Amino acid sequence: MSGTGERRPAADDRAAAAVALTFQEERAAVLATLIRHVGDMQLAEDAVQDAFAAAVKSWQRDGVPANPGAWITVAARRRAIDRLRRNRSLSDRADRLAGLLRLDAQEHSPVSEEDAIGDDRLRLIFTCCHPALELASRVALTLRALGGLTTGEIARAFLVAEPTMGKRIVRAKRKIADAHIPYRVPPDEELPDRLRGVLRVVYLIFNEGYAASEGDRLVRGALCDEAIRLGLLLSKLMPDEPEVWGLLSLMLLHDARRAARVDADRRYVRLEEQDRTLWDEARIRQGRQALERSVRLRRPGEYQLQAAITALHIETSDGSATDWSQIAELYGALVKLNPSPVVELNRAAAVGFAAGPEAGLELLDPLLGDPALERYQPLHATHAELLRRAGESERAAQAYEQAIALSANVVERVELEWRLKTLKAD
Amino acid sequence: MSQYMMLLYAPEVDEAEQAEHEAELPLWRELNESLRESGLLLASGRLHPAPSATTVRVRGGDVEMTDGPFAVTKEILGGYYLLDCRDLDEALKLAARVPLARYGSVEVRPVMDISELEELAEAAAGQA
Repeated sequence: MSGTGERRPAADDRAAAAVALTFQEERAAVLATLIRHVGDMQLAEDAVQDAFAAAVKSWQRDGVPANPGAWITVAARRRAIDRLRRNRSLSDRADRLAGLLRLDAQEHSPVSEEDAIGDDRLRLIFTCCHPALELASRVALTLRALGGLTTGEIARAFLVAEPTMGKRIVRAKRKIADAHIPYRVPPDEELPDRLRGVLRVVYLIFNEGYAASEGDRLVRGALCDEAIRLGLLLSKLMPDEPEVWGLLSLMLLHDARRAARVDADRRYVRLEEQDRTLWDEARIRQGRQALERSVRLRRPGEYQLQAAITALHIETSDGSATDWSQIAELYGALVKLNPSPVVELNRAAAVGFAAGPEAGLELLDPLLGDPALERYQPLHATHAELLRRAGESERAAQAYEQAIALSANVVERVELEWRLKTLKAD
Repeated sequence: MSQYMMLLYAPEVDEAEQAEHEAELPLWRELNESLRESGLLLASGRLHPAPSATTVRVRGGDVEMTDGPFAVTKEILGGYYLLDCRDLDEALKLAARVPLARYGSVEVRPVMDISELEELAEAAAGQA
């Protein structure tokens, strides 16, 4: 069967590699534009899928085209036309067909100018992250439409069965179509709010990959990569939004230490004890650059502040003294922007280092009465540390015991038990 | 343009609270007026309280009637708007302007258009 010569497999490999590369780099852009042209996400996705499938054979036979992305766009549009002709049920089928045929007749200007493509991808991001969709659906849809993960990979990353994830994505796409969620970048007056929603989805994807300890580690790493890719894309499309740069910086600075965060036994390693040679210096540099860009735009926000705090921790974790007063100040600004008990707690801890344990305890005090934090282990661990340093051994012992009782993690518990023991020995 | 049904749900309240809500009548008038003026309003209405409901079911050819609403829930369907909107964003913005949204819930549901109904009918015919 394969008696056609020896060069054939090499050409096949080349074609397959080109298809894979085009898929990774251009699929989202092609899809985003096609959705605008056909006005239906599912139809566009099917057509793009068809086009990539057709590309494999066609490029093996005729060679890889000069502009693969343009080839895919034209092919996907023709597939969409075929599918529209067959599918008589779509409401404004005639209009859509006419529009597509008009585009197709314009031939050889298949990819519109850069700006229009960028706009389409923004439209797609804002549509996938629309607040009328359930948060879990926003996350799944964003990963599916803009990222390179399959439904199966997304399902594994979020520890749900593949059919469940598939249904979630289908349901979200149906709602977009049925309820007519508009395919557009929100108008100026809604933009700040909606952008916050988009950034939240991206950060959630990142954290899901970064923070959780369960599940397939490789797939989780892929989530971090996808989130950073989305962050990079957003920073390219919305370069004047400081929080876009802030989030990108925060993700890069965390991700740079991914390899050092967990030891060989998959245990969490604290920042001060991490092996610095495992840090990705290039990523740290990139993260700092993104932070600088955000700061230059002079509109502070919570991601920028968190990134700045992370940058300070990284800077001084080589043994030199940590600049706690600056960290405390940044937490103070963060509390004002986003008053949450967890941020308050971090602020109290930082102030405890910057201005002494009594000052920290003063800030911590109101949190101890918060019923939402009653079972929050870090609160009691921080409380115990501050009390110990203030010389209140008895109350410190009580707080250690509370923290130990709430520790789900063995390493954490062992550490706290050791501190309690040394406290008693004092 | 698409049609959206807004279903207005609110918890049953005592008379004093009810009187507070009734005092908001000017707000409702204002909303209705602006909806009518912008040509978005297709229909609207306020329903009598839930005890006035009769629920009808036909089972095995027999007509069954139940005194009261279909489901006993904490929030009760009290009224509706049928609106013609450009897209969901416009519908959601209007939903947030309904005075009841501050103490009850407004459920926004897209209404199927003719082509969607035809699609369903065709799919059903295909199955048969």
